[in-house]
Amino acid sequence: MARILLNDVRKSYAGNQVIHGITMDIPDGEFVVIVGPSGCGKSTLLRMVAGLEAITDGTIEIGGTVVNKLEPRQRDIAMVFQNYALYPHMSVRENMAYGLKIARMQASEIEARVQRAAKMLELEPFLDRKPRALSGGQRQRVAMGRALVREPAAFLLDEPLSNLDAKLRVQMRLQIKEMHLNTGQTTLYVTHDQVEAMTLADRLIVMNKGVAEQIATPLEVYQTPATEFVAGFIGSPAMNIFSVESRGYSAILPGGHVLPLPGIPHEGALRLGLRPEHLRPAAPGENAIPVELRSVERLGADAFGYGVIRGSDTAMTLRLPGTSQARRGDVVELVPDPAHLHFFDADTGARIAEA
Amino acid sequence: MAEASDSPLNAPPATRMLAHFWMILGVIVVAFPIYYVFIASTHATQTILRPPLPLIPGPEAGSNYSEAFSGGVSRIGGVSLWRLLANTTIVALGIALGKIAISMASAYAIVFFRFPLRMVCFWLIFITLMLPVEVRIQPTYKVMVDLGLIDTYPGLILPLIASATATLLFRQFFMTIPDELLEAARVDGAGPWRFFRDILWPLSLTNVAAIFVIQFIYGWTQYLWPLLVTNSNEMNTIVIALKKMISFADADTPWNLVMVTSVLAILPPILVVVLMQRWFVKGLVETEK
Repeated sequence: MARILLNDVRKSYAGNQVIHGITMDIPDGEFVVIVGPSGCGKSTLLRMVAGLEAITDGTIEIGGTVVNKLEPRQRDIAMVFQNYALYPHMSVRENMAYGLKIARMQASEIEARVQRAAKMLELEPFLDRKPRALSGGQRQRVAMGRALVREPAAFLLDEPLSNLDAKLRVQMRLQIKEMHLNTGQTTLYVTHDQVEAMTLADRLIVMNKGVAEQIATPLEVYQTPATEFVAGFIGSPAMNIFSVESRGYSAILPGGHVLPLPGIPHEGALRLGLRPEHLRPAAPGENAIPVELRSVERLGADAFGYGVIRGSDTAMTLRLPGTSQARRGDVVELVPDPAHLHFFDADTGARIAEA
Repeated sequence: MAEASDSPLNAPPATRMLAHFWMILGVIVVAFPIYYVFIASTHATQTILRPPLPLIPGPEAGSNYSEAFSGGVSRIGGVSLWRLLANTTIVALGIALGKIAISMASAYAIVFFRFPLRMVCFWLIFITLMLPVEVRIQPTYKVMVDLGLIDTYPGLILPLIASATATLLFRQFFMTIPDELLEAARVDGAGPWRFFRDILWPLSLTNVAAIFVIQFIYGWTQYLWPLLVTNSNEMNTIVIALKKMISFADADTPWNLVMVTSVLAILPPILVVVLMQRWFVKGLVETEK
């Protein structure tokens, strides 16, 4: 149980900076997900908290102690690795008990903790098996168990579900959420999967190229993405973002269409973001965006249309009702929901508040 | 691996017979001289010297072996057969265990630690591959003389311990250990020593067994170095003693005792291989972690 403080944390490899100063206050018990595309530095950040990577600059505090110079074992953390990293020659029981044994905990207490974790993770029948005799999902649970028994100040998980198949992933995701609710432990969780990020997190850090683009709750990130990158990264299907020319109360879209937009911030070049789910069919005579469909994917409950704004090659993704009869070649007239307009600076990509 | 269709066991009978023919022929070529040594060790010297040598064990087995152990060999070589076996065992074990200890330690350092001149150390070790005992024998001998290690077990063992081969083998194996395993151990609180003892050593056991077998035989069959570094008969290894026993004129050589000694020189390495075969093979072929 501990609060984690990141204060302008930076990391360079041979003078090449890969983490550009991340500051965050994680209160005790919060579940924080670090999400971003591969190579954005999310794993590096986690490993710096774990003590597996040196911190080039800035400080990390866990439970009120600056841990920059401490070995992982002195930081009171437990970590779950992507490949589980179970000790192949030890049984499940020994794997879970190893850290406690090193900490010279009493055998009876070790056994009690292992039993408790095994029960929570439904691993009791496998305690005497070797990892190679387990399925992927079971190994993953052993890795969780090994972290659980430590009862650490903070839990660190590095893409723990990415080696599982889709069904198991959903199951384990729920189990991790459940576990966090039960233990109330401060948790840092790295993933590139936005569904995991949105469902698990109390707060998200969306990272891109070593920069924390936004630190906020999942809903805030979805509703008011701080940058164009975040807007495009969170949400499925991705937000439609394109350049428009602002004319006061209306905007000129690609293809020369004019669309009245309430609250448009300023005149000149802008980037406009519209989520597929926030577009509705236009009433007759209404000013709308004409989209020429190139293909339609029917998922049953919904259908997704992929097309371009007529007269341009700007791609647009639409969400249509499952019963929609729209086909390739059709032109759909759409009106954006005025409550869900996103404007970004054409140069910096930063969000611009509505006027 | 045991895919039914690809297994040699499913080959056509003619192919299988041919394969067996070659294998049996190979076994005969390799095993027959050894069998002959055994046969000779059960006959009297006169029988051995008068051709043709019989192909079945003779009646002198009991007397040859008891004579060899109860003073026959010491009468010719000046040292008892027991002492020779003990010497050779000590030297072979010393070399095998010493090599394992030193090469594991150096491979551990090279693979898991970052220190200045790490790669220089690695290449220095690697280069010694090109310098076998024979090439560096004079300076090594000088060093042993200066250290007063002539006619001692350390003198017999130490110069043969440093081994680039075993270091490289362990290095290759250590590099297959995933980084995350090391990191998991660090998070669990294991320092370098505990990581070695609790994780690396148990995972290396099959490799250790394979290297032990190879190096034990290497040590057991050493000839040149023991010949140089021992003056007293008491410190001879069995291979040296064998050589000394037959350096007389043919008729004076007690061939029956020489053959007994040969059998006893062959036996321990065979025992080591047979007893450790399962592990040995596992260590050489196993790639899974």
